[in-house]
Amino acid sequence: MARRPRPLTAAGLAAGGLVSALVLGSLAAVASRAQIGPGAGLGPGDWGAVRFTLWQAAVSAAVSVALAVPVARALARRRFPGRGLLVTLLGAPFILPVIVAILGLLMVFGRAGWVNDALAFAGLPAVSIYGWHGVILANVFFNLPLATRLILQGWLSIPAERFRLAASLGLDRRRAFRLIEAPMLREVLPGSALVIFLICTTSFAVALTLGGGPRATTIELAIYQAFRFDFDLSRAALLALLQLGVTALAGTLALTVAVPDAMGAGLGRPLVRWDRGPVWGDGLAICLAALFLLAPLAALLLRGGPALAGLPASVWVAAGRSTAVALGSALLCLGLGLAIAVAAQRMGGRRARGVELAGMLGLAASPLVLGTGLFIMLYPFVRPDRLALPVTALVNATMALPFALRALVPAVARIERDYGRLADSLGLRGLARLRRLLLPRLARPLGFAGGLAAALSMGDLGVIALFADAQSATLPLQLYRLMGAYRMDEAAGAAVLLLGLSLLAFWIFDRGGRVDADA
Amino acid sequence: MLTLERVAILLEDFALAADLSVAEGARVAVIGPSGAGKSTLLAAIGGFAPISDGRLLWRGAAIGHLPPARRPVATIFQDNNLFPHLTVAANVGLGLAPNARLGAEDRARVAETLASVGLGGLGARKPGSLSGGQQSRVALARAALQDRPVMLLDEPFAALGPALKVEMIDLVIRLADDRGATLLMVTHDPGDARQLGGETILVAEGRARPPVPTTQLLENPPDVLRNYLG
Amino acid sequence: MRQTQTPKTPARASFRHGVAGLMVIAAGLMAAQHAAAQDRPVLDVYTYDSFVTEWGPGPAMEQAFESTCDCDLRFTAMGDGAALLARLELEGARTDADVVLGLDTNLMAEARETGLLSPSGVSGIDWTLPVDWQDDIFVPYDWGYFAFVHRTDFDAPENFRALAEGDASIVIQDPRSSTPGLGLLLWVKQAYGDEAPAIWESLSDNIVTVTPGWSEAYNLFLEGEADMVLSYTTSPAYHLIAEDDAGFAAARFEEGHYLQVEVAAAVASSDTPGLAQDFLSFLVSDAAQSILPTTNWMYPAVMPEAGLPDGFGTLIDPGKALLVPPEESPQATRKALSEWLAALGR
Repeated sequence: MARRPRPLTAAGLAAGGLVSALVLGSLAAVASRAQIGPGAGLGPGDWGAVRFTLWQAAVSAAVSVALAVPVARALARRRFPGRGLLVTLLGAPFILPVIVAILGLLMVFGRAGWVNDALAFAGLPAVSIYGWHGVILANVFFNLPLATRLILQGWLSIPAERFRLAASLGLDRRRAFRLIEAPMLREVLPGSALVIFLICTTSFAVALTLGGGPRATTIELAIYQAFRFDFDLSRAALLALLQLGVTALAGTLALTVAVPDAMGAGLGRPLVRWDRGPVWGDGLAICLAALFLLAPLAALLLRGGPALAGLPASVWVAAGRSTAVALGSALLCLGLGLAIAVAAQRMGGRRARGVELAGMLGLAASPLVLGTGLFIMLYPFVRPDRLALPVTALVNATMALPFALRALVPAVARIERDYGRLADSLGLRGLARLRRLLLPRLARPLGFAGGLAAALSMGDLGVIALFADAQSATLPLQLYRLMGAYRMDEAAGAAVLLLGLSLLAFWIFDRGGRVDADA
Repeated sequence: MLTLERVAILLEDFALAADLSVAEGARVAVIGPSGAGKSTLLAAIGGFAPISDGRLLWRGAAIGHLPPARRPVATIFQDNNLFPHLTVAANVGLGLAPNARLGAEDRARVAETLASVGLGGLGARKPGSLSGGQQSRVALARAALQDRPVMLLDEPFAALGPALKVEMIDLVIRLADDRGATLLMVTHDPGDARQLGGETILVAEGRARPPVPTTQLLENPPDVLRNYLG
Repeated sequence: MRQTQTPKTPARASFRHGVAGLMVIAAGLMAAQHAAAQDRPVLDVYTYDSFVTEWGPGPAMEQAFESTCDCDLRFTAMGDGAALLARLELEGARTDADVVLGLDTNLMAEARETGLLSPSGVSGIDWTLPVDWQDDIFVPYDWGYFAFVHRTDFDAPENFRALAEGDASIVIQDPRSSTPGLGLLLWVKQAYGDEAPAIWESLSDNIVTVTPGWSEAYNLFLEGEADMVLSYTTSPAYHLIAEDDAGFAAARFEEGHYLQVEVAAAVASSDTPGLAQDFLSFLVSDAAQSILPTTNWMYPAVMPEAGLPDGFGTLIDPGKALLVPPEESPQATRKALSEWLAALGR
């Protein structure tokens, strides 16, 4: 059999090791500084936080997926001008910085927002965005696009021939759905829901502002409290461990349920069908989804746009810094992701799962624990604030890595399946194999993953708040500073800038991956 | 001499036995019913299917443990013979130096080989812009540059029209003769085997039989082949 | 067989360039932070984030102090006072900090207990604080009252009971993550004692949401999400002075208002203890005190010669200042927090 090229596998193991060391090491570092005193351990409030975390994640996942089905179905079978643009734009919320998204959501759904203005005009009672339903609304706003993407991919993966066969057999729409689409949904929905569940278990900032009060305490908030209020490192470490456990459990499940790989796949092709049914249903689904997802962005543009020109220089400098961090984070994320994906493909079986799971740890990590742990680890050697930006790039790369892996692992497997024999027979190996086979054929998922990592990093406040000094603020931090200095108009302007940069970063990477993508 | 000495190939729900030799420079068709293991036989020789028992020898030396690229073998598969993201010249160049950059001399050899298969001047194109026949020629050009003493062809021309296929097999014969290469070609068409004009290995009922002259086999086919040919 | 060579390919080279580029960027960033004067002594001041921004007191103070000290004043910013204390505890005696600036009365006891701070050497100051001040370690530099801020066209309640019984909506901050939030917790506790849980329960339908920090809450208020927001009595002065907008007021509560005194202290492990004490003295000097009102939007701890800026005269006078004594603060906080969680957590 073919001898397996070694250096790339080693690189993947090293990448997996680095991420585990980062996530688990920082946790251990925090635990090592803990003083176990009376009152150590978890209280009833903490278990309440666990329950609320799981509950809101489960509801958010279910609602996101349920709403995504009609939207994905409509997008799968309709062709209209601007469809491509709409699919791209609908992806915007997922890469939106939380603070920016919440500002936008408030302008639409808040007490003085558009929806309540309209309700008041119609003489109807107002709705409140605060409380658990606010948390879920925000989570659905963030994750509906992802769910739609995942399910749309499922629809597009159904061979057109099956619909042709159904049409030639004269199956009505209900029968066709049961025979063709229902099995696909049964396969795709659980995995999609799990991915979103995972993302929502670590949602922190959402619950903080929209939660309405201590009822909506998530594990991440409990960690925050342990650090900030009690300075109780042992409890923080325990809670972080708990969060890791919960997420790891769900993550292991997700790996076994076979998650659909919509990441980076082309969604441009509408399905050719002969049984499309009435237009109004699909039109309604698409319009409502577009309205729900795009109205907050539009509100934000209207609110912050005018302040854009008058932003102080420091905001632009921070924007430059954020861009550099985002770029570094994206490259790091791609490097780690590629190494892990290649190693996982080469090793196969249980060991592949292991290294892939190591890469997924970022999903379960608490940014606060990660940051503090890194601080404790770095402090003996270097003043951590001098490393603020590189550390932020590294942590952001780790956080984006799970998404990169979802795009890269299946793509590497597909390439090796299609071209592995040819490459083996030619003796193409090591770096040459990477350069001549993998990199060119991975351009699309690499572009997508890089864009995602850059955009997520751009908007993440994350650990920079723990490390930054006056001279190294990123754009999200500068946005908070503007708010903290009563400058809400300028903050809205900075939010628009942040939104623009996040989308631009994603677009540039994603575009870059599509250039010259022949055959 | 390429020898399969009491070779057994065991896959999950499939087994194939082979005990045969092919002379150097021979042109051998591999024929048999669908699913009998024609491709598996080639995969075992090429290094893509594990040999569970027995020995694979080339000129008396065991090669069964070597990775594909280190066997004296060049393979042309049923599909995915070219990297679609590389130019025609780069694809052919992989036959010379898969892991290094081509020098001026190498590039000249690539151009020359392309011209010899009738693709002069097309080196800068991507495979996607070529016809099916042209793509086959690119793969053959690369195999020619690999310059291995054994060429394995796994039905690479199945999708081509009859006239084009005849042309391709002529090209294969020419390339193999120029280099004195041993040729094994899987086909389901007895006409291909006749055109190849050498011997034929019949793969059927879990066994690859030793090669016999093609005309003799086709004139007096065993039952299993008769059923297959209809 | 052909030997595997290590090719100098464009892809690999550009990867190398990428890595090198990143390192250059990182090194540049670090160098920029080192670029401060090499020979002069460096005074490291740990403070909270809003102090060091271009709108905060930091830049003007740095300039004023450096013009007299022949030193390099270097600010390092954490999120807020509590994060500042957490950082000090994490770093312990090996900390680079010479001065911590931005703790408050609620954090003093815990900060004192770390044993990391040293006497200030500041004495004989004529404080303009609403309470007596005697402390050998902590130097107060500004202070303010917490209050609910509203627009002037809103008819604000005059005490917590009226607020709870009425239908005014408020945005408050989480006491677990915010200084004003904690202030409100102790405000209600100090004013109502054992009745505090009942007050919180009846307030729960007035609370629109509980935000993690002051910024989010104040933003929600300005966007029209609530009638009132928990802030400071000085907040209307910002709108008046910086925005020329007289449309904001703080509601005066009959129970009195909770007081926050912000303090600084010298770090015992400082390598420039003299300079640290000089800075603390500078902090209560006229030069520093006259900067604070319109940058930190708080009352100065020592009245500047020029008096308070115009606009501060329009602010409400709470009459009665409420304050849990610093040494009792940790226990009082813990009890009040569990009551708060119980009342609102249901």
